[in-house]
Amino acid sequence: MSNNADIRVVVAMSGGVDSSVAAALLVEQGYDVVGMMMRLWSEDTVAGGAHNRCCTPDQMADARRIAARLGIPFYVLDTQEVFRNTIVEFFIDQHRQGVTPNPCLECNRHIRFHFLQQNALALDADYLATGHYARVARGEDGRFVLKQGIDPHKDQSYVLSVLGQEQLAHALFPVGEYSKSEVRQFAERFGLPTASKKDSQDLCFIGDNNYRRFLTDYAPEVMIPGPIVRQNGEVLGQHNGLVNYTIGQRKGLNVPSHEPLYVIGTNPYRNAVIVGTMDELGQSSLTAKRVSWVSGTTPAEPFRAQVKIRYKATPAAAWVEPLTDARMAVRFDEPLRDITPGQGAVVYDGDRVLGGGIIERPVEAS
Amino acid sequence: MPSRRSVYLDHAATTPADPRVVEAMMPYFTEIYGNPSSAHSFGRKAEFAVETARETVARILNCKPSEIVFTSGGSESDNLAIRGAAWTARHQGRGQHILTMPVEHSAVAKTVEQMAEVMGFEQTILPVDQYGMLDIAAFNQACRPDTTVASLMLANNEVGSLLPIPAFAETAKQHRILLHTDAVQAAGQLPLDVQALGVDMLSLSAHKFYGPKGIGALFVRDGIELTPSQSGGSHEEGRRAGTHNTAFIVGLAKALELAYGELDEWVAHYQAMRDQLIDGVLSRVPGAYLTGHPTQRLPSHASFIMDEVDNGTLIMHLDMRGVAASGGSACKTGNPEPSGVLLAMGYSAKEAASSLRLTVGRQTTAEDVDYAVEMLVETVEKLRQLTREIML
Repeated sequence: MSNNADIRVVVAMSGGVDSSVAAALLVEQGYDVVGMMMRLWSEDTVAGGAHNRCCTPDQMADARRIAARLGIPFYVLDTQEVFRNTIVEFFIDQHRQGVTPNPCLECNRHIRFHFLQQNALALDADYLATGHYARVARGEDGRFVLKQGIDPHKDQSYVLSVLGQEQLAHALFPVGEYSKSEVRQFAERFGLPTASKKDSQDLCFIGDNNYRRFLTDYAPEVMIPGPIVRQNGEVLGQHNGLVNYTIGQRKGLNVPSHEPLYVIGTNPYRNAVIVGTMDELGQSSLTAKRVSWVSGTTPAEPFRAQVKIRYKATPAAAWVEPLTDARMAVRFDEPLRDITPGQGAVVYDGDRVLGGGIIERPVEAS
Repeated sequence: MPSRRSVYLDHAATTPADPRVVEAMMPYFTEIYGNPSSAHSFGRKAEFAVETARETVARILNCKPSEIVFTSGGSESDNLAIRGAAWTARHQGRGQHILTMPVEHSAVAKTVEQMAEVMGFEQTILPVDQYGMLDIAAFNQACRPDTTVASLMLANNEVGSLLPIPAFAETAKQHRILLHTDAVQAAGQLPLDVQALGVDMLSLSAHKFYGPKGIGALFVRDGIELTPSQSGGSHEEGRRAGTHNTAFIVGLAKALELAYGELDEWVAHYQAMRDQLIDGVLSRVPGAYLTGHPTQRLPSHASFIMDEVDNGTLIMHLDMRGVAASGGSACKTGNPEPSGVLLAMGYSAKEAASSLRLTVGRQTTAEDVDYAVEMLVETVEKLRQLTREIML
């Protein structure tokens, strides 16, 4: 059995309480800990600053100070180019296709658990640790399993559902074993700043956090007006750009109707916003693509599971059927509102993440 | 892998204070604490220390003690020289044109830039060659009747190249231009005889030659009137207001005295270590190229381009292996701006992002150099492979 001092852990630090406590716990457990922060790309033209909101100068200074207090090295890794080429391009491209992507899922896939993790391993680290509320365990078959964090309100396993065996073998989530209030207590005990910061900055690269303004600048075609239609093709009015509408939206449609209408989808090929009644909004099935399974093995048969369609959604009971080409079909017991193409559909068995994929547009599915 | 060492190869960033320097400073914190400007015995003792230090510095620079101004460091010396001389010249109606090079330290470059952009001065930044060297004929041609100050550094901090200052001083004199030189990197390694150099102003910083941080000096030739950057009391003959930092002034003088008393042996040591380093890197690290002049360079200074390697990542990996190196200009925010010095020398932004500076010092041993070369051999290849794998 090797000593923890021989095990090097690179911890991704943000200057916030979760990753700071993660670093402090690892130091306390005697690991050879190295702090690292990624410098991510940001627009440099907007009011609100030229800094990505995940790594502002203040956050960098905080993380540096915390690392110094913990007595660990601290480095900032220039991640701007790869972040711009993957996450930002993907975000723009998906919106062009009428899809609302989840950049955090992609960031964990390409940036945190690839670019950063590979950098950590190259630095002779055995593990990359983050401040996520999730747990890694070893199953009876020796495979790694990804589980929800202990604190149900803070669980972040949804955005980690893209991880597989290779990533989990070198991943640690030290705060996943604790509740947020316990983490705060740790912070106090370690003399770390406990000030609550926003947990995640979904669109960290958009300086003013205004994604409509961002898309107007980077993908002006998503702001072109077009028709608002019913599913049967009946034109009810005009919209002012697909990007201004999200599924489930009721306000701001300005179309005549004797019953409440909701956005139930978009058709980027016709530049149309599709509206319908509450009944039409509900969907009992979805298909997802780019599906990955945590175990590394695609289940052979359809199975019962719980599926989350958004980061903050409640897991819903469903049948999950693995399909070819890394796709899956999900049939919910009860219809769900707000199934949004581009978001992750994450499959759970209780507190275990089995895998996940990206929700397809209905047209892709047919 | 050789056993881990701790090897400091960033002496161009700063040097440790010589214990003999620290010892010389100690009495001036608690025993001889008077204000050198005071009329009483406490003040006189401190004043004696400051003036003795001034004489020491003047002796080494071959100038008069009254030509030495103590400052807070190299940046302040550069600011005081350029601003001070240029404002006075403008006030006297002699012009407002300033000449400089694109490879100057930012203490010079940003100062002249600000004066040009917001204070109505005019600057000409003369192009340099691939070694960061300025052509004397180009300099001569750029001198105008309204040129009042030129600032040309003696030794470059990023690439170590040495400029033949006496020739430029002669040209400047013919055009009645005041020549300032930033000798911050040169101090402790090259002779600082201001008569031989022919310069009108010269900047020094103690922490580059085993003195304390936060203290510097400026040589200002007799007859040059400087408009003070920091106004207030009449300290330093009205050129720099503020109570004398006695202990640090003593420390600067002691460090300079030691460095020049032992100059030959230290320079021989620096050169031996540097040459071993350059030979080791060029012969053992594939895709490594020397930057700066191959022979006309600082004895302690080695600088390279490490092809296809991001220097921020390289410095991190070297640090984890105990080797302290620099990318040329400090960057710890992960947002590397390509070095303007290397760009001006004709390197691409990508090459500039692959620059590495290794500067040896008194404590550097042959084993240290071997170890650093070994770590570079291991790390550079590893990082090239990593880049191929992860750049999406």
